[in-house]
Amino acid sequence: MPKTYYDPADLRKFGKITEWGEELGNKFFDYYSKVFEEGALTAREKSLIALAVAHTEQCPYCIDAYTKDGLQRGVTKEEMMEAIHVGAAIKSGATLVHGVQMMNKVNKLDG
Amino acid sequence: MPKLKTQSLHKQESELAVANKQLEILSNGIFKNGELPTFKDKISETGQFPLKAKKLEILQINVGYMCNQVCEHCHVDAGPDRKEIMTQETMQQILDVIKTTGAHTLDLTGGAPEMNPNFRWFVEEASKIGVKDFIVRSNLTIIRANKKYHDLPEFFKKHNIHVVSSMPHWTRGKTDKQRGEGVFDMSIKALQELNAVGYGMPGSDLKLDLVYNPSGAFLPGDQMSMEKDFKKALLEDFSIQFHNLFAITNLPIARFLDYLIASENYEDYMYSLVEAYNPTAVQNVMCTNTLSVSWDGYLFDCDFNQMLELPVNSKSKHISEYKTELLEGRNIIISQHCYGCTAGAGSSCQGSVA
Repeated sequence: MPKTYYDPADLRKFGKITEWGEELGNKFFDYYSKVFEEGALTAREKSLIALAVAHTEQCPYCIDAYTKDGLQRGVTKEEMMEAIHVGAAIKSGATLVHGVQMMNKVNKLDG
Repeated sequence: MPKLKTQSLHKQESELAVANKQLEILSNGIFKNGELPTFKDKISETGQFPLKAKKLEILQINVGYMCNQVCEHCHVDAGPDRKEIMTQETMQQILDVIKTTGAHTLDLTGGAPEMNPNFRWFVEEASKIGVKDFIVRSNLTIIRANKKYHDLPEFFKKHNIHVVSSMPHWTRGKTDKQRGEGVFDMSIKALQELNAVGYGMPGSDLKLDLVYNPSGAFLPGDQMSMEKDFKKALLEDFSIQFHNLFAITNLPIARFLDYLIASENYEDYMYSLVEAYNPTAVQNVMCTNTLSVSWDGYLFDCDFNQMLELPVNSKSKHISEYKTELLEGRNIIISQHCYGCTAGAGSSCQGSVA
């Protein structure tokens, strides 16, 4: 067993999850590839969304994968960073908006 | 002049300047220990080994390795310090052959082909023969590099040359990173000058195509999407127009191989190439309809094999002894670099193939 939880080389083995559960694995990969096809959103836009979510989910595999995917699509580093800030803004906004709940509680208990 | 990034690997006397050393790297490691299949094994799976040359359609001439740029990923290892230049005698031998082959495309490359002192003579003589598509691969900056090259757009127009030029990105930073500081601004100016004489304009017969190859250790995206993005950005930012974009994969040889190894991306890159292997691309791979001629007149299956010093598998090895019957049907020489032409939508000097 490796001594760390994450190994970059494991990303290459992602497809192997079908070996221990073929039907669900295949359904997942079919769904996954369909999601990223050009649709109402371009594949480029979807790639940037995926990059932002990869960061909010803090998935190192996804960050590697969608940074590379973005480069392949000609996405610039400025665009990548802006996308991550969108994710970060929602993450911090989601924390802060709970402050209203705290304020409500304070007002109720000690208002 | 663009600031020179580096010297060629040859000038540095790097061990990677030696073709055999590159071939050794491409055959050892992950390909020797069975982690990844060799290209031969891979194409054998679909019954496509050996690859065989079909009828010759494209004659690609490398008129010399001298160049005014030292691009980070150059598979030719070209630069100002390279002295290999095609002589007029070899050019004459090529002209004699072109008349007999029936190839529809003549494709001049380098280095910067314009730096060959006999370049204009060769273009004038070759254009008299009347091939359907006469390509010059121009790095663009050469047009602005020196006064003696400033009239190149007019010269190209006079001979109805199809201009194909490298442009790694529509932003300054990414272009200059790969091709040298100042290259982007000079390239933009050169493209505007080509547009001014009619090149690349909608409906114009003066063909101007751009070549996109990635600026780092990743594969090119979809050619059509990239073309759309390039067209939009170049038109909006610089009022530049062009016809087609060719998305070309960087092959792991010469300076790009050096870069992959130095940046510790070699194995991942080879994995990416093998994972993206597309058997459909193999059917249309360019070595099956192209012949590459080196500066000293020797024949190769492609420009990459030329740089790896892998001559054609035929008794007809030099342009002076060119014989269609000996070259057609020959077995193509392959190694692991060939994965670069079969990844994704495939890659050739004319862009995607699948």
